[in-house]
Amino acid sequence: MASIDVKEISFRYIAQWVIEDLSFRVKGGEFWGIIGPNGSGKTTLLKILSGLIKPQRGRVLIDGDELRRMKRPDIAKKVAVVPQETQISFPFTSLEVVLMGRSPYLGRLQFEGRDDFEVTERAMRLTDTLQFSRRPVSELSGGERQRIFIARALAQEPEIILLDEPTSNLDISHQVEFYDLISRLNREKNLTILTVSHDINLASEYCQKIILLSGGRIFKMGSPREVVAEESIRQVYGSRVLVDENPVTKSPRITLLRKEPSYNGTPEAQVK
Amino acid sequence: MIVSPRKIITVCCLFFCLLLGVILASLSLGAAKIGLPQVLRILIHHAVYFDSPLGPEGLIIISVRLPRILLAGLVGAALAVAGCSFQALLRNPLADPYILGVSSGSALGAVLAILVGFSATSFGMPLASFCGAMITVMLVFHVGKVGRSLHTNTLLLAGVIISSFFSAIIMFVISVVQNEDLSKIVFWLMGDFSSSSYHFILIILPYIVGGIGAIYFNARGLNLILMGEETAVQLGSDVERLKKMAYIFASLITAAGVSVCGLIGFVGLIIPHSVRMLLGPDHRLLIPASTLVGACFLIGSDTIARTIAAPTELPVGAVTATFGAPFFIYLLKRRKV
Repeated sequence: MASIDVKEISFRYIAQWVIEDLSFRVKGGEFWGIIGPNGSGKTTLLKILSGLIKPQRGRVLIDGDELRRMKRPDIAKKVAVVPQETQISFPFTSLEVVLMGRSPYLGRLQFEGRDDFEVTERAMRLTDTLQFSRRPVSELSGGERQRIFIARALAQEPEIILLDEPTSNLDISHQVEFYDLISRLNREKNLTILTVSHDINLASEYCQKIILLSGGRIFKMGSPREVVAEESIRQVYGSRVLVDENPVTKSPRITLLRKEPSYNGTPEAQVK
Repeated sequence: MIVSPRKIITVCCLFFCLLLGVILASLSLGAAKIGLPQVLRILIHHAVYFDSPLGPEGLIIISVRLPRILLAGLVGAALAVAGCSFQALLRNPLADPYILGVSSGSALGAVLAILVGFSATSFGMPLASFCGAMITVMLVFHVGKVGRSLHTNTLLLAGVIISSFFSAIIMFVISVVQNEDLSKIVFWLMGDFSSSSYHFILIILPYIVGGIGAIYFNARGLNLILMGEETAVQLGSDVERLKKMAYIFASLITAAGVSVCGLIGFVGLIIPHSVRMLLGPDHRLLIPASTLVGACFLIGSDTIARTIAAPTELPVGAVTATFGAPFFIYLLKRRKV
């Protein structure tokens, strides 16, 4: 169970700070969500945590080790990333793609051995992808392909999985299926999960803690109940929402309200 | 399905046998009909008694056809592997070894060599075109670099622009200068193995063998790059180093090949493609298989070029284009690349 410690990090591409003075601590085995409007720094934060870019100020500790000092393959053994929907224009089969998750463990000219195949098979069984291991990833549906990417992440045998808007191209049934799977991995394998999401309802349903980012800073951080509130959402997103409770799971639920009054004149929409 | 050392060795042995077959067939074909048994007898005799004088048929086999075949094989292998690397580097299955301007740089070098009379010596044109190619490579590399990282889109743009700039200079030179030697450039632009010699083979061999070796050494990294650059980093590879490596070595072997025989199109495009369709996209198998198939293909094409309209010789580039262009259109239409 690996923890993530973020200590006063700031990052900028050119002049403007995209991430400014951010600090938080994710304990091993926790399931966190990051929400916030476009340009609030969510994806940049995820890139920093996977070692893709280095913050100009501050430090990130993965399980107590300074990320900046870790070698790439060593980071890949601890932290795996499930990307957004990606196009792969070469005909790799699903099994080949999942096997690539083993590359941090392999030497330059070394081939996958028996235990690499075992790890890969287990990852594919967990994600229910074994049946299309011989099919090219490019021919899979969006939902199937995202499961292949989880399988690849699992093949890295990581302790932390970072997800970057993983369900943005999936229909509702696949979104739920996807997060059910992630949540099961979180419980059963004690994986630390950090997911960036545009869908506040999904985040509040599945995450134990949520960070609400605004302009590269933490606007609010805490349990879904603390963060997902009408006032905070209005201040950060600039849009009015209604927050009530999911009648089944009791987690907070937002309802979007249109800004122009609707023609059928629902009273909520006309409240000033 | 999954690449293993055993599969690589099996496939390579098969293609190596094919290559030997193509070489023998090509040795026996030509203006002077020399049967296969006779070819084998001459080869064995020459291998055993290296210094003994050659008969007329021996001379044709050993001094004329064999160097030409070996050179075509070497160039074919180089172009095919360069194609594999450029396609991985640009994550575009339709990229070819000339896409980043190596061709125009070497053509400019060759034109300038003719202009200053440097082409009178047998090494003049190859040397000049190699230098032209390497200067272009460096130029494109520096334009394509953003900060310390290599930006593939910028690289592509830089290649296209520098390439058309050089083509403009070539056009300018050809139209302004009245030089009879410039007709040589027409042959050069379509590829020509007629001036092959063992010297050329020995000179380009280290570049091509070293370059292919360096690219093969990074074969798994090239697989990862096809998953996207960020993903490749997150899977533990040093993508910046990998991209520079792929660019430099693929350009180097292209330049080495082009310098001795001129521009031969389509090899670097269709060989990686066909091999990928046959054996899958894993570079650990794709690179060695393309090396051998590329060699077979170019030896075959050159054999056709020198025999089909004998005694007239066709430029070998015309032959590869005759096969290559329809195949390319087929690939585009099929859209399963």
